[in-house]
Amino acid sequence: MADKIFRVNMADLTTSIEDIPADWAGHGGRGLTSTIVSAEVEPTCHPLGQNNKLVFAPGLLSGTAAANSGRLSIGAKSPLTGTIKESNSGGTAAQLFAKAGCKALIVEGLPKADNWYSLALTPDGVTITEEKELIGQGNFAVVQALENRIEGKHGLLSIGQAGEMRLASANISIKDPDGSLRSCGRGGLGAVMGAKKIKFITVDPKDGKVAIAKPDAFKDANRIFAKALVDHPVSQALGQYGTNVLTNIINESGGFPTQNFTKGQFEGHESISGETMHDTIKERGGKVKHGCHQGCVIQCSQIYNDADGKKLTAGFEYESIWAMGADCCVDNLDHIAEADRIMDDIGIDTIETSVAMGVAMEAGVLPFGDGAGICKLLTEDITKGTGIGRIIGNGAGSVGRAFGITRVPVVKNQAIPAYDPRAIKGIGITYATSTQGADHTMGYTIATNILNVGGKVDPLTKEGQVELSRNLQIATAAIDSTGMCLFIAFAALDDEKCLPALVDLLNARFDLSLTGDDVVSLGQHILKTERAFNTAAGFTSADDRLPEFFYNEPLPPHNVVFDFSGEEIDTFWDF
Amino acid sequence: MKISVKLFAYFRDNRFKIKEYDIDEGTTVGNIVDDLNIDREEVGVLMINSRHTNFDVHPVEKDILAIFPVIGGG
Ligand code: SF4
Repeated sequence: MADKIFRVNMADLTTSIEDIPADWAGHGGRGLTSTIVSAEVEPTCHPLGQNNKLVFAPGLLSGTAAANSGRLSIGAKSPLTGTIKESNSGGTAAQLFAKAGCKALIVEGLPKADNWYSLALTPDGVTITEEKELIGQGNFAVVQALENRIEGKHGLLSIGQAGEMRLASANISIKDPDGSLRSCGRGGLGAVMGAKKIKFITVDPKDGKVAIAKPDAFKDANRIFAKALVDHPVSQALGQYGTNVLTNIINESGGFPTQNFTKGQFEGHESISGETMHDTIKERGGKVKHGCHQGCVIQCSQIYNDADGKKLTAGFEYESIWAMGADCCVDNLDHIAEADRIMDDIGIDTIETSVAMGVAMEAGVLPFGDGAGICKLLTEDITKGTGIGRIIGNGAGSVGRAFGITRVPVVKNQAIPAYDPRAIKGIGITYATSTQGADHTMGYTIATNILNVGGKVDPLTKEGQVELSRNLQIATAAIDSTGMCLFIAFAALDDEKCLPALVDLLNARFDLSLTGDDVVSLGQHILKTERAFNTAAGFTSADDRLPEFFYNEPLPPHNVVFDFSGEEIDTFWDF
Repeated sequence: MKISVKLFAYFRDNRFKIKEYDIDEGTTVGNIVDDLNIDREEVGVLMINSRHTNFDVHPVEKDILAIFPVIGGG
């Protein structure tokens, strides 16, 4: 089936299917969402207003048999950062979009009437239906209700109460093969969907399939690619401990932000670590290993049960556990799991919201360590949209402003995740220069700074960090376009067969003759496109800086500050 | 002289989380890893007192040595 652009105009409730413009054809995933947002969204627009557009794009390889290729990118101008935004996630939607022949779905305009809607996407196009029953409901209720309402397997993207309230940390949830949720978490894209009054989107590809130009070459390349992933020891540890295997090593390195970024180590690290989590999951009959979409050969996800053996949460990630754990000083993994489940249900970013809780703790809203208090604030305040609930639900920066707090760990108003930039300097460059606000996944220098993957660069010195972050950000922009889960990067950095096999997959899918250099140019092009949007939106290099306290509050145990000058940071863009 | 050794992830299986070690002067990190029957190939990261180190370094009194397999996440 030839891929098409599907367009929905919420202002007049019309839909259309269009051919792909020539200069969009080579793009997918993040490359495509950023290209479309740059081409069609006025950079100075209000993110929740009529001129913002919400763009969904499966990766170039999504919907094929390629291992780990099921990521969906969602893009828009972000209500949290004001920059361009791309957030990607697993779940089944990417594969189904691709099989339906949808290269991108563009949703524009705001409805005139005060109604809520749902979208149903099939190979024949999109239909818009008014929705009443599920308004005000959490994501799990939506999943459940649609199981009963719709026949057959379908993909589902939805927003919870946070998105309906247009909170700046609202995410968009994507159903996984077991009815659990994955999230396009960062940057408040759920608020953009809420502004457009779309509660959920279903995807049914009917019997659609993705065409492969050279099936034999594709199979060969996929065999090599999947083997490189499976064989890499990092993949094996991810299957066993999940991403939370990082808690102990980042804590040991002294770069584990604790008590709203005042310390680099957390006393309670062992009780929230991947090792403890693994043992607890086994004891309680959960699932240690689980893939967020079919075809994942790494399976970093898991199902975490409560003490009675009932499913509490799934896809329990390091960054979420760090944020509610160390940053809020909560050392009870069950409280963290409960909060994780509630946040999935409300549809709010676990990183942003938990870092906001840490700032609220510093402001005295609740004491550090109060895991039960976090759960209560989530259910009684954020879900119901009380004053304090909305302040926290609008992110860490919002809490800082409301309470006059200066220690607010954000860049471009987006919360800094689980790695302190004073003790792990490469990631500080990524936070500062990322086109989308602080985001570790944009250029994951932790691999090389801490984990000795892809070489070694001392985390505590300045040397080599800008170059490291630059190379990783370029590679990541390209990988984010393929639909590949970023965890292929560990094998890609270490195993010389991995990246060429990925390029061969692209060539076999589309009958191209790309080389590794083309992939680098693609990554560079995407970063420059995104930056141009931000510049037109009013951002300057003065925004590519960390908050002041990172420069003057030494972080124990190494007692280090972030010491890059503005000029040094700005050399990032020399390419 | 006394040092502490900490193990992580599956290196803990049938071994320990943390243990005090009495070592002779001249003992290297590599010697300790070998003594634990850990294959050097499987070691991903070594730290002494929260700084990265390598197999050839000689720990000194009161050092905390942390031994990790090859791991990742994000
Ligand atoms: S490794 Fe984890 S995030 Fe990546 S595709 Fe598999 S389950 Fe999803």
